[in-house]
Amino acid sequence: MSFRYEIRLSGEGGQGLVLAGKILAEAAAIYDDLNATQSQSYGPEARGGASRSEVIISDEDIDYPKAVDIDLLLALTQESVDKYYQDVKEDGVIVVDEDNIKQLPTGPFKVHKVPVIRLARENLGRALVANIVALGVIARISKVVSEDALKKAIEARVPKGTEELNLKAFETGMKAYSEIE
Amino acid sequence: MATSRTRILSGNEACAEGALAAGVRFFGGYPITPSSEIAEELSRKLPRHGGIFIQMEDEIASIGSVIGASIAGSKAMTATSGPGFSLMQENIGYACMAEIPCVIVNVMRGGPSTGLPTMPSQGDVMQARWGTHGDHPIIALAPFSVRETFDLTIRAFNLTEAFRIPVVLLLDEIIGHVNEKLTFPDPEEIRVVERKSGRKINGQDYLPYRVTESGVPPMVSFGEGARYHITGLAHDETGFPTNDPEKIDQLLRRLNSKLDAHRDEIVEVEYSNMDDAEIGLVAYGSTARSARYAVRSAREKGIAAGLIRPRTLWPFADREIGAYADQVKAWIVPEMNLGQIATQVECASRFSRPVHRINRVDGNPINPVDILKKIEDLV
Repeated sequence: MSFRYEIRLSGEGGQGLVLAGKILAEAAAIYDDLNATQSQSYGPEARGGASRSEVIISDEDIDYPKAVDIDLLLALTQESVDKYYQDVKEDGVIVVDEDNIKQLPTGPFKVHKVPVIRLARENLGRALVANIVALGVIARISKVVSEDALKKAIEARVPKGTEELNLKAFETGMKAYSEIE
Repeated sequence: MATSRTRILSGNEACAEGALAAGVRFFGGYPITPSSEIAEELSRKLPRHGGIFIQMEDEIASIGSVIGASIAGSKAMTATSGPGFSLMQENIGYACMAEIPCVIVNVMRGGPSTGLPTMPSQGDVMQARWGTHGDHPIIALAPFSVRETFDLTIRAFNLTEAFRIPVVLLLDEIIGHVNEKLTFPDPEEIRVVERKSGRKINGQDYLPYRVTESGVPPMVSFGEGARYHITGLAHDETGFPTNDPEKIDQLLRRLNSKLDAHRDEIVEVEYSNMDDAEIGLVAYGSTARSARYAVRSAREKGIAAGLIRPRTLWPFADREIGAYADQVKAWIVPEMNLGQIATQVECASRFSRPVHRINRVDGNPINPVDILKKIEDLV
């Protein structure tokens, strides 16, 4: 039975969502030998403004590289969750940043609150690695990409010298999800 | 585990890699979203391949530098998007008239004018064909994946060097920026065409625009010893301007006949599920991926839908589409413009069946669900 798994990472420009999407795609396509596409939608701003990054993972050729029916939505801002929750399919999952999202969406999907930005800032000392914390959460929820592949992809993609910090961020995300489960 | 030749790349990065594999040695350009990664990659890599990268002051100068580099013997290219492509049009005409090989990449974004810098569109399809004035030959290719962008960039160089016709590589923002798996072919598997040179042709001294059987005059680079004149004015075999009606007529007809004579070599089309198709889709670039998704879904529901995907947009695949004019009951042409290729499909199918349009010009891709709905409506 073939599968197609759709992930949308949404928030603001500058939150590293495009990089997180690329790491997911690389983990799936290079290290787990599946097929994956990553695409993005962003405004003309370098920072701020709505940003979204989409990853499609499948064991088949991927025709349409954008999300049609979202399995997993990550939303780091209220604006992004308001805009996208309706695209999530039945039984899909929404992960929201606990501090930034005050109003939770309701519907036939599961919503998890994880303080990804606070965890990055307080536990790791760098808000910048919130995207990698989020990847840890996504790894535990989606289970389509192996944790091992994600670690390899993170090591290969993040700036030299920050590998350890980023791997710690990934572990932090995985642990945070295990605790709320 | 994938091999080491497999990487995740964007379409723009694959374009730069394809150009290097084809032997590009000159890039002159001016950065513009969503094409800038092509320039960025080549600015890093071209010098290491013994090539030259120049960021020019604007797009007019960019295409000018590309034409100059090509005349001096380099495989040359530029990359831009709508507004820059508009600025390049006059010099593209010069390259058509003077028969200077060059590759112009246009990563299409929403227009007209500055339009939608970060959003996809297919609004420059007609501009690629008729953007510059006068009857002129041009070739345009439209890849639909990262791997195909690599392949068609090589092909763009091969075609321009073989026929001395400028080639426009039409990407759109989705193909330029999507990241997906690319397994690089063995270098030995890649076919690379070099331009025909030779100072003496059949023992005669070099005439830059000599009429030959193939219609393509051999090209000697500046600096190789032959001195000759190049102009955008109508010219005779020597390259100097002429007002002789007979010679002008001969030139214009020869220039344009290069396309007719080699049409079947240039036009490439991919068919999916067309053998028994009753609903025929025609789509290109990223929209072809929405169309293929819709065709697959329709087939799962037992609907006989099929897809014709022109990889070459110009010259248009009119005969290939026309062959199905009586078989299909209706055509659907989804495009991120207001119907630029749909009219071509009407002509190609001799208006025998209705051509339904699905158009989007709001900066968003065409959702396969919308195409599927149209297919179901027509059954």
